[in-house]
Amino acid sequence: MARAVSPRRKTLTTLAAWSVAFIIFFPVLWMILTSFKTEASAVASPPELLGADWTLENYAEVWQRSDYPRFFWNSVVISLGSTLLGLAVAIPAAWAMAFVPGKRTKDLLMWMLSTKMMPAVAVMIPLYLLFLKLGLIDTRFGLVIALMLMNLPIIVWMLYTYFREIPGEILEAARMDGAGLVKEILYVLTPMALPGIASTLLLNVILAWNEAFWTIILTTTKAAPLSAFIASFSAPQGLFYAKLSAASTMAIAPILILGWFSQKQLVRGLTFGAVK
Amino acid sequence: MSTQSSRLAARVMVAPSVVLLFIWMAVPLAMTLYYSFRLYRLLSPDRTGWVGFTNYLWFFNSPDFWLALWNTLALVGGVLIITVMLGILIALLIDQPVKGQGMLRILVIAPFFVMPPVAASIWENLFMHPQNGLLAAVARGFGAQPILFLEEYPLLSVIGIVSWEWLPFATLILLTSLQSLSSEQLEAAEMDGASALNRLRHIILPHMTRAITVVILIQTIFLLGIFGEIFTTTQGGPGSASTTLPYMIFKQAIAAKDIGRAAAGGIIAVILANIVAYFLMRGIGRHLDA
Amino acid sequence: MGKITLQHVNKSFGEVAVIPDINLQIEDGEFVVFVGPSGCGKSTLLRLIAGLEDVTAGRIDIDGTDATHLPPARRGLAMVFQSYALYPHMTVRKNIAFPLKMAGLSEEEQEKKVQHAARILNLSNYLDRRPGQLSGGQRQRVAIGRAIVREPAAFLFDEPLSNLDAALRVTMRQEITELHQSLKTTMIYVTHDQVEAMTMADKIVVLNAGNIEQVGSPLDLYHRPANLFVAGFIGSPRMNLIEGAEAARHQAATIGIRPEHLDITEGGPWQGTVGLTEHLGSDTFLKVTLDTGELLTVRANGEVALRHGDRVALAPQQGKIHRFGPDGKALA
Repeated sequence: MARAVSPRRKTLTTLAAWSVAFIIFFPVLWMILTSFKTEASAVASPPELLGADWTLENYAEVWQRSDYPRFFWNSVVISLGSTLLGLAVAIPAAWAMAFVPGKRTKDLLMWMLSTKMMPAVAVMIPLYLLFLKLGLIDTRFGLVIALMLMNLPIIVWMLYTYFREIPGEILEAARMDGAGLVKEILYVLTPMALPGIASTLLLNVILAWNEAFWTIILTTTKAAPLSAFIASFSAPQGLFYAKLSAASTMAIAPILILGWFSQKQLVRGLTFGAVK
Repeated sequence: MSTQSSRLAARVMVAPSVVLLFIWMAVPLAMTLYYSFRLYRLLSPDRTGWVGFTNYLWFFNSPDFWLALWNTLALVGGVLIITVMLGILIALLIDQPVKGQGMLRILVIAPFFVMPPVAASIWENLFMHPQNGLLAAVARGFGAQPILFLEEYPLLSVIGIVSWEWLPFATLILLTSLQSLSSEQLEAAEMDGASALNRLRHIILPHMTRAITVVILIQTIFLLGIFGEIFTTTQGGPGSASTTLPYMIFKQAIAAKDIGRAAAGGIIAVILANIVAYFLMRGIGRHLDA
Repeated sequence: MGKITLQHVNKSFGEVAVIPDINLQIEDGEFVVFVGPSGCGKSTLLRLIAGLEDVTAGRIDIDGTDATHLPPARRGLAMVFQSYALYPHMTVRKNIAFPLKMAGLSEEEQEKKVQHAARILNLSNYLDRRPGQLSGGQRQRVAIGRAIVREPAAFLFDEPLSNLDAALRVTMRQEITELHQSLKTTMIYVTHDQVEAMTMADKIVVLNAGNIEQVGSPLDLYHRPANLFVAGFIGSPRMNLIEGAEAARHQAATIGIRPEHLDITEGGPWQGTVGLTEHLGSDTFLKVTLDTGELLTVRANGEVALRHGDRVALAPQQGKIHRFGPDGKALA
């Protein structure tokens, strides 16, 4: 809404908006600041800002004490792997729902979403036992499967809403032009829906990266991602605030940076394609 | 565009998703259902057998259960109310002509990228801690007693933390929706003599209905299973003051090592989720042209 | 070759029979226009021929072979859609080459055919642009180009001009007609615009509620409409229809007289009062309310100095009265 407003009002609203945004962001900022303080400075009262002892010591220690690269790599593999696999399964399904809708399509979609309402804790033990039996405990493959299935309903839904914006005539044209189903999806639908697919990818990578239930329950060491890394820091070292902050920063930094850079696609994705 | 062959193709294309999700849902659910009628304690593995509804009755007879049920609904409802209300206000504010809107969005979206255990531990340690937390320091600065957030207001504290995590989501969806409102509509309303408040009520909020629906739907899906935040901060305490149904099930499974009871609790949680889902769909589903 | 035969073709969506039963023969090289009001089933019929919809019953032959159950790609037909349906992520070159690529042609062959089509359609300078950078008329030509390169047995056009402005529509109409004359390939063209039908077609198929009302050349339909529906649909302004006593005098339930076949003459048999007048310069359209109550449209050549409220007498030209029976069918 580009409407004329007085400069005074603009200054006031700018001030207000920035204050609110700063308050929302502040906990993250404070954590990052704390991660660069010495432990003594981190718990000083009153809190220190300008006069704090700044140091990189915490990062060095966290790096030495735990195998950060391994956790990081597990996170990358699991979140990207589960999302890509999810896309591969969901794109055909979303194609069918968007372009060959039936009476049941909406019900099917709602059913898929409803599977996500089942609290994870409720099926924790059976799933753990299943994974144990299948030899999937503490494997990246097991987590990729679990998180893929967890996010599949969201992926299908998002793709469905994006696909529906594509006119069916274009796919029919492809069919007339001699493209089979696979080529129609590969050469026409996917490139046309690329922005939507990118948004879906981003959002689901973030959801998978931040998943902190199955990733902890179903792993021990080998396949543990950053959520497990941070869990191991928060419990016993209760009072080492600076180190906890450093570890936390390391756990969220990759996704924070990715998210900030792809903010535009992400906001589009965040709306699940349901709000324009 | 539907020929028999394309309809057939559609079925084949949907099948993997449906089958996979069905297995993912049905198999653990069936196992949970089975265990829920069994005596199955890890501490006494020899004693097994069918116990009928004993595990369920344990829940219904436990005063903690009703508290946990209430806590679960209060957590979901509280977070929904806070995030939607604040989300609308912040979206309205950011949508004004302000300087640096892009940067503002970057700041507001940040909490969404913070994984739940980290979010919980930031709040628990850096902010709510009665000695070292920043909020305690602020209180002392004003000469007041630090508030014992997690001890005295455990559920409210958890609601606060979770709301912080989900506020960006609500705000950004609502903002997107707000930005799609044509200014002509608002100008027409202004010409018609509608005050700012009336414009909000009769034009802006109705326009945002669909967005609000999406926020409520998606958040409910995620909030019903909230677990990590409680595990990290209050551990359901003090007592059972902040124990939700998922956390109560977790305690039965991990602390009491009673798989039968945990399974019964799981079934109850699934039923609760279905009831919530039913009312959600009845209540707001029509706004979703999904 | 492009001879298409429909035998007892029937299409139902659930309980609703969109097309109850159609028999139609389209000869090789013909320009056939399906025309009718919206919802008459003309687009559905085209899509049945294209293979984008299944027939519920009946048989479609293309060049003598049964194509009823062939997928669209294997029927050897090309289609130009109302929205053009260009692939927005591909350049014009790639759009036109897409069917060739699908058919597995080599890059050089693709390029050769694309260049050829581009020359015919004046698109040579735009080959590296994306559809989004083209005007409506250019997009239309790309869509046609994509159809041409396949060298199809027949072209199918689904209201291809309805998204263009009036002036461009006239130009494109001529271009498509010229294209037909140079390619001599069968074309099936769907439109709701009877002017398009009249100007372009060798053969017009008038459809109404899923049934064929009449098949014939444009002038056939104009001079000898088989029934009231065709009479009212073909020709602009519409034919005047008169019932009652005047019709009975001609031994018919309804008589029809086209506006251009009414003369304003002293002592004409039909007296009335002039209402609305529309001056187009070349013609003048007059709405005349007869004393018997009927409202007639009259088309007079040039400028006519009649005004609202003037009294006129009208005379139908000799032999131009169409007579229809109580069932709406034309009487011999």
